[in-house]
Amino acid sequence: MHPRGRFDERVLDRRVHAMSTASVPLRSNYLEAGFSLWSWLSSVDHKRIAVLYAISITLFFFAGGAAATLIRLELVTPAGDLVSAETYNKLFTMHGVIMVWFFLIPSIPSTFGNFLLPLMIGARDLAFPRLNLASWYLYVLGGLFTVGALVAGGVDTGWTFYTPFSTMFSNTHVIAAVTGVFVVGFSSILTGVNFIVTIHRMRAPGMTWFRLPLFVWAMYATSIIFVLATPVLAMTLFLIAIERFFGVGVFDPALGGDPLLFQHLFWFYSHPAVYVMILPAMGVASEIITCFSRKSIFAYRSMAFAVLAIAIIGFVVWGHHMFVSGQSIYAGMVFSILTFLVAIPSAIKVFNWTATLYKGSIRFDAPMLYALGFVGLFTVGGMTGLFLASLALDVHLHDTYFVIAHFHYIMVGGAVMAFLGAVHFWWPKITGRLYSDWWARAAAIVVFVGFNLTFFPQFLLGYLGMPRRYHAYPPEFAVLNVLSSAGAAVLAIGYLLPLVYLAWSLRYGARAGPNPWDAKGLEWLTASPPPVENFTTIPVVTEPPYAYGEAERVHD
Amino acid sequence: MTSSVIVARQFDDSDQQRQAADLGIWVFLASEILFFGVLFLAYTVTRLHHPEAFATASRQTDVALGSINTGVLLTSSLTMALAVRATKLGVRRAAIVFLCATAMLGLVFVAIKGTEYRHDYVAGLVPGLRFSFAGPHAGGVELFFGLYFLMTGVHVLHMLVGLGVVGTLAMRAARKAFTPEYFTPVELGGLYWHLVDIVWIFLYPLLYLVSRT
Amino acid sequence: MGGLPLSPPTGSSLAESVDTLLHVWLALAGTVTVAIAVLIVYFAAKYRHGSAANRTMARGAALSRESRRLEIAWIVIPLLLFFVMFAWAADLYYVHAAPPADATPVYVIGRQWMWKVEHAGGQREIDELHVPAGRPVKLVMTSQDVIHSFFMPVFRIKQDVLPGRYTTLWFTATAPGDYHVFCSQYCGTDHAGMIGHVVVMEPAAFERWLAAGTGSQSMAAEGAARFRQYGCSGCHGPSASVHAPTLEGLFGRRVQLADGSSVIADERYIHDSVMLPRKEVAAGYEPIMPSFAGQISEEDLLDIVEYVKSLRDAPAGSVR
Repeated sequence: MHPRGRFDERVLDRRVHAMSTASVPLRSNYLEAGFSLWSWLSSVDHKRIAVLYAISITLFFFAGGAAATLIRLELVTPAGDLVSAETYNKLFTMHGVIMVWFFLIPSIPSTFGNFLLPLMIGARDLAFPRLNLASWYLYVLGGLFTVGALVAGGVDTGWTFYTPFSTMFSNTHVIAAVTGVFVVGFSSILTGVNFIVTIHRMRAPGMTWFRLPLFVWAMYATSIIFVLATPVLAMTLFLIAIERFFGVGVFDPALGGDPLLFQHLFWFYSHPAVYVMILPAMGVASEIITCFSRKSIFAYRSMAFAVLAIAIIGFVVWGHHMFVSGQSIYAGMVFSILTFLVAIPSAIKVFNWTATLYKGSIRFDAPMLYALGFVGLFTVGGMTGLFLASLALDVHLHDTYFVIAHFHYIMVGGAVMAFLGAVHFWWPKITGRLYSDWWARAAAIVVFVGFNLTFFPQFLLGYLGMPRRYHAYPPEFAVLNVLSSAGAAVLAIGYLLPLVYLAWSLRYGARAGPNPWDAKGLEWLTASPPPVENFTTIPVVTEPPYAYGEAERVHD
Repeated sequence: MTSSVIVARQFDDSDQQRQAADLGIWVFLASEILFFGVLFLAYTVTRLHHPEAFATASRQTDVALGSINTGVLLTSSLTMALAVRATKLGVRRAAIVFLCATAMLGLVFVAIKGTEYRHDYVAGLVPGLRFSFAGPHAGGVELFFGLYFLMTGVHVLHMLVGLGVVGTLAMRAARKAFTPEYFTPVELGGLYWHLVDIVWIFLYPLLYLVSRT
Repeated sequence: MGGLPLSPPTGSSLAESVDTLLHVWLALAGTVTVAIAVLIVYFAAKYRHGSAANRTMARGAALSRESRRLEIAWIVIPLLLFFVMFAWAADLYYVHAAPPADATPVYVIGRQWMWKVEHAGGQREIDELHVPAGRPVKLVMTSQDVIHSFFMPVFRIKQDVLPGRYTTLWFTATAPGDYHVFCSQYCGTDHAGMIGHVVVMEPAAFERWLAAGTGSQSMAAEGAARFRQYGCSGCHGPSASVHAPTLEGLFGRRVQLADGSSVIADERYIHDSVMLPRKEVAAGYEPIMPSFAGQISEEDLLDIVEYVKSLRDAPAGSVR
């Protein structure tokens, strides 16, 4: 496959040069180091693997989004008149499974983490490049199993696979679906191992721990969760498959087992998993806000310790998903107070981002709009989490649309906004192209408006008592549902727009220099796109991160 | 003497490469502990609910074969440790012998396990396939054996992977791949093998020795 | 959006307390969110690139002092607020966890995809729950298949309903009316159809409704028949040759167990004694009672529970 048009001369140049020297010159970038499909599928270059992930997760994002579209369309009317009950149950299951495991969890770590981690610490690649490629293949394999389950007729257990419904009553392709998630879990574990070792062992000279960009701290904390929590999910899903296939009744009360054991095991993983989704987003926010305020982050060490604290405390709050499950009320109290505790480091981060703006020099490029939107929406999501941590209130709100609104504020208003912010911030670095800032800012605003219109009414619906996973509902919930579905239409437009102008930029966008944002960070020292070996010479680090001088703020 | 270590392009030097591999295997082993941890937790919870059933069921296991297997596995950890040491000291022949011994012992373990599984199948103690235990606490006994096959099965899978690793190491050692300067794969393989051994050390009393004292 | 309700009707004093808790949270969360939003907008505007605002920062030790004070403030103040909110919600939850001793029991069996309700007097309903206003009502619930959840927004309460176990939920309704019951734990195809009504009636109207009933005999009378049918009196009756615990006067009493602990003989205890007899063996008795798991249906077992309850004040030798 050969590119046409104005690429031709460069290809010719490279061939001529290649004939005169035996190797590919260091200055050629990673995108041009091979144009065949096989060169991409066999590459152990972390940058190429990041692009492979980016393409895959984008496909899954729109698949999960298609399911969401159908869900919101059904919910426009109180009656269940668009799809059958079975189909609706399969839709919300696939929406959850795809969005959680095939989009949100890998999104920032596997794309931006992979691409940026070696660059940010001044390394030539991750510690284990072949393991990195293996991670991507595991992701694809897991995806194939899950898509297979979908094509074969779908799964209707909900993404939470509660027993005994999933083990003994569902007539859908549960084993295929849990196998897919099991496999993709190993993709996460290996990525986590890779990142931890890379951060510990491969930092450039002078890059001490407290000179690391906060994005790297976020990757580190996320990787701890990957390594310690994901195996628990893997084995729990394995137990579902075994019980379904062999009838071993570990979760079946009729055989002496305990369905609540499943919930404890599942949520022991799935609560830390939500921190996997948000910590990278927080890392992104810190990178963007500092750059577009031309100012160092407020209280760097607090920010670094906060991500570690969130990761660690996040392991002991899982029971807040089970306040009405039949678990003891004393356990409920312990989990409630710990959940309040995990909100403290999160709050610290929100305050610190806000304080970073103070006396900065603020620019409103698209990445900054996404980052600021992230801070606001994450605040709403986080505060509503406290409503749910309050025991007596949760008894009412559990399993209602309030919970759905809460976690979508964090995962979509938070994580997806930050992901889009990252796309817009590092796009020039990754592709070497600039995109239309006007369209990008417009899309950011459309996303923000559409998001709030979609999900804010759901807080109200939840308190009014509308339960989750209902395809038909009493007529008094109609107005709020219509608002929410209207918002979803706007949100969809906001998500589709970047596909257009970003793709356009690949062909027609102006070429980017090494540092179009004038940002600090080692990744901005090298060319856009970077050469295969990342740096011609490994940089030596002498200054703290975000060393934006006051002079340029005061006198600019 | 110049170093014969090949340093991958992402590393500065062989030291960094070795340290990275070291840390990597330990982090991976941590994930394995969490992986097995789920099964141990499921076992513990179920046993707390069915203490007599577990005692009855445990007496149905073959403690003789299980104990032999424990000895076999412990010995294989010894031979593995000796293999690592021999490699570090550059005694290639001894290293190959010890690696092969480890693999042999591992095969013996798997064979004995297979024999136990066959006995259990004949005796009708395999839930989901052939379970015909009719004594008291049958329900709890069935749960025990479900967990028994699950836990030992996952362990055996890890053993088989370990056999592959040790076998590969033996072949590479025969081809002079390892020197006193470069023996990282042997060390990593050794750590993995020891983990699989330690898991068995916990499985053995929980599965074979309930109320046999 | 005129007339858009923000909360369901308040059907009990707990509902009012929960609403108050909500309003305080709304005020707190709203304040924080608005404050952050205002600060972000204000800073973004005042310090936008090119504006003439003063950007000279404090330096060195002075900057550190300022920063530390701010950080301590925004850690300590939220922490204190959190403790208060946690304690308030936990207390409300704790106080409401155990039903009052005089609560009227009503039995609920959830199954895909309906709620079967049975009053002690034998009156049965499907997807409806009639209760009197002003008196505490205790729901004793179990499932015949998967996990369901009994949710009544009007009382701001729900409780998961589990197979093989009893869970309880209680409330004191204040206002007569007809309110939603939802299943709020996804349970399969017709989860959204597993809905019903809780009908709160004036006490006199409720008594009339009970009397009009379904005509069948009370659950305790049914239970007595089941007791004989399943041969329970063979061991627990006065002429038994086997040494088995006496059931007269048992319900509600504290029972000493063989392992030294003790439990209250409530519905759960009776249920488990029949289905999992080895779980809690009474002190001084051999563990020889067979399990009836798989033999007695959940409905029959609830009848037996009611029967044993009815023996609470019976003299010894009443069991036949």
